[in-house]
Amino acid sequence: MESERDDGRSPSQLRPLSCARNVLHRAHGSASWSQGDTKVLAAVYGPKAGTKKNENPEKACIEVIWKPKTGQIGKQEKEFEMILKRTLQSICILTLNPNTTTSIIIQVVNDDGALLVCAINAACAALIDAGIPLKHLAVAICCCLAEGGYVILDPTKLEEQKMRGFAYLVFPNSIVSVLPKGSSHVEGEPMEHGIITSVTHGVMSVEEYLKCLERGRAASTKLSDLLRRSLQSQLPSDSSKAV
Amino acid sequence: MGLPDASGDLSSEMEVDAFRRLFPLRYFERHLSESIRPDARPLGRARDTTLALGAVASAHGSALAKIGSTTMLAAIKMEVMTPSTESPDEGSIAIDFHMPPICSPIVRPGRPAEAAPVISKQLSDTISSSGMINLKELSLVSGKAAWMAYLDIYCLDADGALFDAALLSAVAAFSHLQIPIVSLNDDGKIELISEEDDGAKLEVEPVNKEKRKLTLSSIPFSLTCILHKNYILADPTAEEESIMETAVTVVLDSSSRLVSFYKPGGPVLAHTSAVQDCVALTRQRVKELQNILDETLSGMEID
Repeated sequence: MESERDDGRSPSQLRPLSCARNVLHRAHGSASWSQGDTKVLAAVYGPKAGTKKNENPEKACIEVIWKPKTGQIGKQEKEFEMILKRTLQSICILTLNPNTTTSIIIQVVNDDGALLVCAINAACAALIDAGIPLKHLAVAICCCLAEGGYVILDPTKLEEQKMRGFAYLVFPNSIVSVLPKGSSHVEGEPMEHGIITSVTHGVMSVEEYLKCLERGRAASTKLSDLLRRSLQSQLPSDSSKAV
Repeated sequence: MGLPDASGDLSSEMEVDAFRRLFPLRYFERHLSESIRPDARPLGRARDTTLALGAVASAHGSALAKIGSTTMLAAIKMEVMTPSTESPDEGSIAIDFHMPPICSPIVRPGRPAEAAPVISKQLSDTISSSGMINLKELSLVSGKAAWMAYLDIYCLDADGALFDAALLSAVAAFSHLQIPIVSLNDDGKIELISEEDDGAKLEVEPVNKEKRKLTLSSIPFSLTCILHKNYILADPTAEEESIMETAVTVVLDSSSRLVSFYKPGGPVLAHTSAVQDCVALTRQRVKELQNILDETLSGMEID
């Protein structure tokens, strides 16, 4: 019933993921993240002293600079910057370093669909590499809604254009630390089911959106496990380098 | 109420204005716990909305929308262009959203507001993906000439829920749009027929005699809500937006399909129940806005 995708993946199969940290030497933290042919490089500088105008000096300020692969920055990139900034603000502990600015620079290396999702994951890995304390990780996923009403995950650019609609969803990952009982659940739902960010394109029914949410959550659990594993495995090598 | 910090004890002895300035969040939470907002609205109620068509006489279609004190002026100018080779029988729409310094103390002259390009992108995404306008209706001569609609929206007063007001004004401007009459001259070029010499030049056959109005199908309407703890506040003011940072914008079309569910980050997570509550509030609001638009349009026809 569910049609095969052009690259032979099943509907809920993600493209091969790869994440490398500490790829740039001058940056305080950096990471490259790729999903199939989409690749994004993220660098973190900071926290630097002072905040920009119109920002609350009682909190840390986050600045996102988006560099497209070619050409000038347009409206699309401005929107990405704003979404990324608000998303990262929600996972950083902003009261820890008041009156400082942390810059996150996103360089698009190649765009083959799910670009924003890739950038959010890269930025998150770069923040960890920079050692910036976070409340939890943000795990981003792109769900596409095909003509027949079924959901496919992690689309390529071609699939993104063909599909009826798609949603970029960002969820928090599950935390392993010990919490007081009940605090990790909100109204009977685990915390990691809440949406940090949601951006949709194309018309869909409310039920179809909820279906996207459900599939996105399922995939984000797998993705966050993978993220956690890949970040942990790199820790010993980091400490050996410090010695 | 047993608030944990000092502000709770102070609230009884301090003047209301001082309390509002010093502890804005506490001030709002005290109201919310009584299911009321400082401007006397219940949590789920949007502000009074008014709509006026034809505010700009020189434009081909225009509208002024007010939600509370948030004011948007939208105007459409039509120009003839050559359609692109990929879509020879389609016109196009260019949307721009402006935030001049008069709209808000945050916007400084000479420095463009950060929010403006984002809202303008959101608007063009919403209008194109809702399919409200059939771009084929903007075609004049296939492959040769088509309409380019320049929609400019000016924010005159930014008091929260900017996207909602901007979308309402855009939709109203499109429903007010009167496409100018054009004719094909001897050189095969399109030229405008001005209203005055309409009668004198009857020998030239207008190209678009019948197609003076766009048919708008499935019109999108939106509602922005603020999520704070377990409260959902519909149609926030600028003050509410700056204090409680998690905003969700839901766009539904007239047949209740979801055009956009937009939540750019924010400290509060949206769980399924909150998603459904926001959608339900938007459903109500869409009916209200549809009525306001219909009333304004029928008021125009009588004149």
